[in-house]
Amino acid sequence: MKTPTEIKQDIETKFPGTQLTLEGSSLVIPKEQWSEIAKFLKNTPEYSFDFLSSVTGVDYKEYLEVVYHLYSMEKKEGPLTIKVRTDCEQSLVPSVTPIWRSAEFQEREAYDLVGIHFTGHPDLRRILMWEGFQHHPLRKDYVQDEQDRPVEQF
Amino acid sequence: MSAAKNISQVDEGLKSELQKSGIFVTTLEGLYNWGRRSSIWPLQFGLACCAIEMIATACARYDIDRFGAGLFRPSPRQADLMIVSGTVTKKMTPQVVRLYNQMPEPKYVITMGACSISGGPFKDGYNVLKGIDRYIPVDVHLPGCPPRPEALLHGLMKLQEKIDSQQIEKMEWYQKGLKREFPVPEFGPNGLNPPYNPDVFQPQQHREITVG
Amino acid sequence: MDYTLKETPTLETQMLEVSLGPQHPSTHGVFRMDVILDGETIVKLKPVMGYLHRNHEKLAENMTSYLASMPYTDRLDYICSMTNNFAYALAVEKLANLEVPERAQYIRIIMAELTRLVNHTLLIGFLLNDLGAFFTPVLYAFREREKILDLFEDVAGSRMMCNYFRFGGLKIDVTSDFIPRVRQIINKYPKFLDEFEKLLSENEILMARCQNVGVLPKELAISAGVTGPMLRASGVPYDIRKVDGYSIYNRFKFRVPIGEKGDVYDRYYMRLLEMRESIKILDQAIREIPDGEYISKVGAAGARAPRTFKPPKGDAYGRIEAPKGELGFYLVSDGTTKPYRYHVRSSSFINLTILEDMCLGHKIADAIVILGSIDIVLGEVDR
Repeated sequence: MKTPTEIKQDIETKFPGTQLTLEGSSLVIPKEQWSEIAKFLKNTPEYSFDFLSSVTGVDYKEYLEVVYHLYSMEKKEGPLTIKVRTDCEQSLVPSVTPIWRSAEFQEREAYDLVGIHFTGHPDLRRILMWEGFQHHPLRKDYVQDEQDRPVEQF
Repeated sequence: MSAAKNISQVDEGLKSELQKSGIFVTTLEGLYNWGRRSSIWPLQFGLACCAIEMIATACARYDIDRFGAGLFRPSPRQADLMIVSGTVTKKMTPQVVRLYNQMPEPKYVITMGACSISGGPFKDGYNVLKGIDRYIPVDVHLPGCPPRPEALLHGLMKLQEKIDSQQIEKMEWYQKGLKREFPVPEFGPNGLNPPYNPDVFQPQQHREITVG
Repeated sequence: MDYTLKETPTLETQMLEVSLGPQHPSTHGVFRMDVILDGETIVKLKPVMGYLHRNHEKLAENMTSYLASMPYTDRLDYICSMTNNFAYALAVEKLANLEVPERAQYIRIIMAELTRLVNHTLLIGFLLNDLGAFFTPVLYAFREREKILDLFEDVAGSRMMCNYFRFGGLKIDVTSDFIPRVRQIINKYPKFLDEFEKLLSENEILMARCQNVGVLPKELAISAGVTGPMLRASGVPYDIRKVDGYSIYNRFKFRVPIGEKGDVYDRYYMRLLEMRESIKILDQAIREIPDGEYISKVGAAGARAPRTFKPPKGDAYGRIEAPKGELGFYLVSDGTTKPYRYHVRSSSFINLTILEDMCLGHKIADAIVILGSIDIVLGEVDR
């Protein structure tokens, strides 16, 4: 498999003007171009990343981040880690459900627990908590109702 | 509570005389309780990991059927015992209370495992109910994570002892015109509404402990 | 998708909405399906989950150390606790660059393959329970499971929630009669599998109800992120034990069975074949197991004083081929003793994405069978 540096150069030549950065071995992609880059990664035969293994939402306190792990089942290669960042209030990230179907439930979970809105998702509603729940529990500033003892105590 | 045995008011000497001729004497209550405790039908209600141990108890090695409790009913209308096995989450609580309301009297509840007694290892979770005894009355608590099949059988035997000691005149479910229904909680914005049922559960009062 | 009711000249029909609710004898745990029916044919199906959401991920962020979340991983997929521990230990070892000694690697693989035997046996038992053979196959399955659980109890102290793996090795070495007992189990297991096959695989009812039901085409399976025996039954040769070669799996010779059509019968048969391959791996592992340490020095220090275990900053994703599919852990560390973010990628949750697609057009009794063949465990779906 090509190293992340080579993949970064390929994407920069194919989509001129995108600003990618490399952190460790993961690519940070700006959210505006994420949809097109995702289609490029899936459809080009020399990569053919056809298997989206995991979608995770993370809350760093200044920004929210979505982490994708991509594998290629045809070539038996991987993983490629991709991070997409967004702000905390109006967090909108393009959804990749039309490209990889496995993102459907995982993006709903990221919306439910971390509060990231995915534009273009066919059915974005809460999946693990009930419909009337009004907070996003996995954020760092979430406070529980009726706790017996403060959580940091131990 | 002391377990009452199938005692009859008749003299022991007379009893053994009659037994020799093939006549057995007992009280109506003893017979009634013996019938009820020897054929408790549980509701098929496994929530989480403890459910697998419950199924293992029903299988060949630990065989719950020899206690009469081997017939697990899928419908609550036909069951007498609800074994709450596994973590009760806040999303599931209204369904548990509704199921309890649908069971006909007399009904019993065994909470199996640490999670349904008090929340268990997941006690600090935002979606975990800290014990199902906040909403429905519980008869036998069974600790363990998960409790072994032998522990479940021990819990069942304790429940049988409790049934033996119940008396027909004093039990509330045998009085006329009884309608006992526990209110079903609703989903609130950050928890359940109400957080517990005051008729059934009182929260512990926290005391400030000062030293010196 | 628009659906129009069938036009009949004399009858007027309506669609019926049914909630196969959380308490149901054949959903495997607290899982709910909202179905819309036309007669008995399914028109739309939406799964509803979250009834067992136990906040595993949030709890792990507040635990005192990385090791404190190890008992919680047992309770994720509560039938196979050893493989869950394995995946977590692998992810942390990747994050902190820990080495694992040889003997520990062999014992880990023996435990993982024994767990695979337990899981597949139970699945066949429960699938037949769903088909209507009321409790008999479950009795056979649990009889075999009890023998393996006796082994786990002697080694780890508990039947189900073993908590046996540590970062860099294992908690304690195996007893001296462990290897002879494993040999005894694998000598008798093929006979039990033959008994199962004779009773089940050529059974008319099984074949009539399972063939051509719930067909999953190859492209949809790859796109939907399906992994495990379900993917291989649709014809995709992808097994993480062969692809990643984690731990020392590349030293063992075993084959990976691939199916053709992707219906329920293929998935059932896949598991039977996989059990036979697991027995081969166990056979090789018992012969080659060396003597040595069961935990590395760094790992032993970390296990003795868990609050001193501080992996370097960064993130890692470790995955294994659990009996149900791909189980992965994504960990983000910020240099302290607690993880900053801890995410579980569970196969049961993601395999449910295509439940609706597989069930459309079938009868409602088939939906139960299809759900049984996906092999879900609610502890993993809801975490």
